[in-house]
Amino acid sequence: MKPAPFDYVRPQNLAEACAILSANEDARVIAGGQTLVPMLAMRLARPAVLVDVLRLPGLSGIRVEEGALVIGATTRQVEAERSPDVVRHLPLLAAALPWVGHPPTRNRGTVGGSLANADPSAEIPLVAVTLDAEIVTEDEGGMLAMSPDDFFIGPMLTAVPMGGLVTQVRFPIWQGGRIGVGFHEVSARRSDFAFVSAAAQVEVGADGACTRVALGIGGVGDRPVRLDVGSLIGMRIDETVLEEAVEAAAGGLDATSDLHASAEYRRRVARLLGARALADAYAEALAKEHG
Amino acid sequence: MKVALRINGTLREAEVEPRKTLLDTLRENFHLTGAHAGCEHGVCGACTVLVDGAPMRSCLMFAVQADGYEITTIEGLAPAPGELSVLQDAFCETHGLQCGFCTPGMILSSHALLEREGSPSRQEIVEAISGNICRCTGYGQIIEAVEFAAERLRKANAPRGSALPHVGAPGTEPSAQDDAAIEHGILEAATAHDGGPK
Repeated sequence: MKPAPFDYVRPQNLAEACAILSANEDARVIAGGQTLVPMLAMRLARPAVLVDVLRLPGLSGIRVEEGALVIGATTRQVEAERSPDVVRHLPLLAAALPWVGHPPTRNRGTVGGSLANADPSAEIPLVAVTLDAEIVTEDEGGMLAMSPDDFFIGPMLTAVPMGGLVTQVRFPIWQGGRIGVGFHEVSARRSDFAFVSAAAQVEVGADGACTRVALGIGGVGDRPVRLDVGSLIGMRIDETVLEEAVEAAAGGLDATSDLHASAEYRRRVARLLGARALADAYAEALAKEHG
Repeated sequence: MKVALRINGTLREAEVEPRKTLLDTLRENFHLTGAHAGCEHGVCGACTVLVDGAPMRSCLMFAVQADGYEITTIEGLAPAPGELSVLQDAFCETHGLQCGFCTPGMILSSHALLEREGSPSRQEIVEAISGNICRCTGYGQIIEAVEFAAERLRKANAPRGSALPHVGAPGTEPSAQDDAAIEHGILEAATAHDGGPK
């Protein structure tokens, strides 16, 4: 369980980091290292150079900006978890973060690192997909903003350009209405990799009908996916409506089979957890005062 | 590469390969073997240390990344050689350890919790140690130990702290007002810590 040898560099600024990354094909970015270091230890990854970006200036922090909550790539997961801005503007991320690893890994793991590693069962990518966040990368050519659908290609595979790195993620803030969220996950043990996870956000109008809805499923296929449950808009959600909508949306869900769970099991649990997350989100939104 | 690490309040230097984890550096270069090498890939929590007061896995951090932080190992918790911290003692009192392999990690994780929260709920304790695996106790007595330590810490007299003037120190004169201030401080601390479990 010891990594293969590598060189370690800690650039002073983003431009220097991009220059090193583009000059070395085998260079790899390290920030919190909570996913990468185990991969190095098991020698699933053998980069020639590790480029440490954790202390790069300007890459960390949480701010509200033009209808979006912007989280810098090297912001620690624990900072996001405890951020009043996240709780207020991005309740879905707040609900998902306690499921990310364990407290000690969240103390060092970063928000951008979780996105860049693109584990199909990871919670932060799932929230990004569900809310259609914008993932921003930078390389020597400049900045690039991508939708999660373009960013996540497959298991541990992203569209980060060669010689580039994730710099921030912009989560859209749903403004105005009453909003509720739901998050559910099934894994072998608490905080282990999810077999299936479901994230939902619902907005309701004054009459109690659903005005906006988003549902995402993680862990089932090779990347998190958003399901189209737009048929719920304009409806007052009950069990029957919910089941029909999720059934229709999850029909063609790609699912993987492994030692832990069959594809059929994953699809079944995805429908169940998806419906539960939506029901929770709807109930939470209804319970909120008109504002 | 040369690294200078601040460990348990002392600045220490070592020459390490970049691939050497903080865990191996603590154990091999500085002979701080209280951080235990368990799984070496971030699953078991036996290697937990405090980095700027927050528990982290020293096997998931390279020594070359660890400069500039305040690193605390289990060796740094005892108030004096041969003594135990309140939390360490509580683990003994409640039989919160058997083989002891997970204990340093358990204690550091719960130490960080108690620093932040004087009256943690059972759920908060469980969450705090959820990243530490124990294969002996079944966790029950570990949770008891943390609850017991929290209770003892709440009931203990609050430390007078360095903020209060030392009687007879240069520039201060012992006076009735000083005594009253000290007494008031103690009373206030005692009431503040007497909240009981939430």
